[in-house]
Amino acid sequence: MSPVSRILRSATYLGLGLAALISVFPFYWMLVSMTNSAVEVANGKLTFGDQLIANFQSLLTEVDMVRVLFNSTVITLFGTILTVALSSAAGYGFEIFRSRFKDHLFSLLLLMLSIPFGAMMIPLFVMFAKAGLLNSFAAILLPGIASIFIVFYFRQATKAFPHELRDAARIDGLNELQIFLRIYLPVMRSTYAAATVIVFMANWNAYLWPLIVLQTNDMKTITLVVSSLVSAYNPNYGVVSVAAVIATLPTCLVFFILQRSFVEGLTGGVK
Amino acid sequence: MQSRRTDIWGWSLIMPALVLLGIFMIYPILSSLWLSLHTGKGMNLSFGGAANILRLAEDPVFLRALFNTLLFLVVQVPIMIALALVFAVALDDRTLWGRAWFRTAIFLPCVTSLVTYSVLFKSMFAHDGVVNDTLMFLNFVDQPIPWLTDPGWARVVIIIAITWRWTGYNMIFFLAALQNIDRSIYEQARIDGVPAHARLLRLTVPMLKPIILFLFIMSTIGTLQLFDEVMNITEGGPADATLTLSLYIYNLTFKFMPSYGYASTVSYVIVVLVAILSWLQFRLARDK
Repeated sequence: MSPVSRILRSATYLGLGLAALISVFPFYWMLVSMTNSAVEVANGKLTFGDQLIANFQSLLTEVDMVRVLFNSTVITLFGTILTVALSSAAGYGFEIFRSRFKDHLFSLLLLMLSIPFGAMMIPLFVMFAKAGLLNSFAAILLPGIASIFIVFYFRQATKAFPHELRDAARIDGLNELQIFLRIYLPVMRSTYAAATVIVFMANWNAYLWPLIVLQTNDMKTITLVVSSLVSAYNPNYGVVSVAAVIATLPTCLVFFILQRSFVEGLTGGVK
Repeated sequence: MQSRRTDIWGWSLIMPALVLLGIFMIYPILSSLWLSLHTGKGMNLSFGGAANILRLAEDPVFLRALFNTLLFLVVQVPIMIALALVFAVALDDRTLWGRAWFRTAIFLPCVTSLVTYSVLFKSMFAHDGVVNDTLMFLNFVDQPIPWLTDPGWARVVIIIAITWRWTGYNMIFFLAALQNIDRSIYEQARIDGVPAHARLLRLTVPMLKPIILFLFIMSTIGTLQLFDEVMNITEGGPADATLTLSLYIYNLTFKFMPSYGYASTVSYVIVVLVAILSWLQFRLARDK
C-alpha cells in the first residue's frame, strides 16, 4: 500500500466510524435516559442510572398504557392486513389484466403519488366529521387502505411473476381468484414480506392524521403519547424515554427479523 | 387480446382499491381545490375567487413559512444526498473491514419513527444537554449554544435532525445502484492512474445520475411536507423560525379558528411547488 492510499484508508475508517457513532448514539441516549431522572437527562448524564422503575411507574400513572398499546396494535394490525391485501390485488390486477384504459388509469394514479397529504387533509377531516366518525378506528384506517405506492410496488414486482405458472393453473381449472390466492401469493412471499414491513412501519409511526382525528385519551396511539408527553411545559425526559423505547421496540424487532426484505423493499421499486 | 371474462376478474381485483382512492384521495384533492376558492371561518364559507391567493402575498406568516421550507430544502437535501453518496461509495469497497456493521449502523436511524427521534433530539439539544456538554468538553465552544431558543440555531437543529434520520435511507439506494455498475470500468480507471476523487466525480456520479435525480425528487417532496420534526422539536419556533408550510396549514386548520379555505390555498402552494421543482430537476438532469 502506498502512503497516500494508506492515509485515504485511515480517513475512510475515521469518517465511517464517526458516522456510525453519530447514527447509533441517540439509541444509546434513549436507553440511558430511560434509567435517569428528568434532571439528570436535562444535564446530559451519559451513564445508566437507577430510575428505570420510577420512570416506568410515572408513565403508567400518567398514561393508560394497556389501552394505548391496544389502540396502536389494532390500528397497525388491521391497517397492515387490509392495505397489503387490497393494494396487492390491485397491483396484480393492473399488471396481469392489462388494457390500454387500465394503463392510462394507472399513470393517473402515479401522478397523484406526489400530491402531498396536506392537500387532502382538510376535506378528509370535514368528511369524517360530517359522518360522525371522528375519534374512531375507521377514520384512521379508511384513508390509508388503498395505497398508491403499494399498488405500484406490487405492479412492478408482478412483472417478474412467471406466466407459465398462471397458464398451467388455468389449464388445471383454477379460476382467477384461486390463481391469485393459491399461486401468486405463495410465490411472491418476499414481496409481501417487504410490503408488510413498509406498511407496518407507516401505520405504527403515523402521526399527523391520528393527531387530527383521534381526540380523546382513550383512543391515542403510542406515537401520539410520545408526542404529547414531550409537548408538556416541562417534559420529564426520563419518562418520555421509556415511552420512546416502547414505541421503537416493535419497529426495531420487525426490522431485524425482516432486514433483508426490508432493504430490498425500499430499493426494489427503482432497481 | 383479453377475453371479456378475464377482464371482469381484472376489474374486480382493482375496483376495491379504486373506489377507496376515489373517495379518500381524488375527492379530497378536488374538494380542497374548490375550498381554496372560498373564504370565511369554520363551516361559514362564501365564494371568494382569487381572494385567498391575494391574501398569501400579504401574509407575513405564510411568507415566513415558505422561506423556511425552501431554506430547509436548499440546505439540507444537497448535504444529505452528498453524504449518502460518499458513505455508499466508501462502503461499496469490498476490501473494507466491517462493511456490514458500518452499513447497519448508518441505516439504523430509519427504524425510528419521526416523532420518536424528534423527541430524542429535543432532549439531546437541551440547553444543558448532552450535545452542549460534549462540545464544551471538547473545547469547541466556551458556553452552551442556545440550540432551541435562538432562531438560527433552531434551524440548524432541524437540519441536523433530518440529516441524521434520512442519510442512511438514501445511502441504501446508492448502494443498490452501485452494485449494478460494471466494476471493470473502475479497474481500468485505477490502472490508468485516475485519482479517487476524479473517479467519484467523473465516473460514479454520472452513472448514478438517474438515482440521484430520483432521490432529489423524493427528498424534495418529503421536505416540502416537513411536519413531525418541527412540531415536536420546536413547535415552529422560536419566533416562527422553523415554521413550515405543513405546520402552518395545521395551525390554520386545527389550532386557530379554522379557516379551511385559506388553509387549502396554502396546501395547494405545496402541490404547485412539488410540480415545479420536480419538473425543474428533470430539466436540469436532462441538460447536463
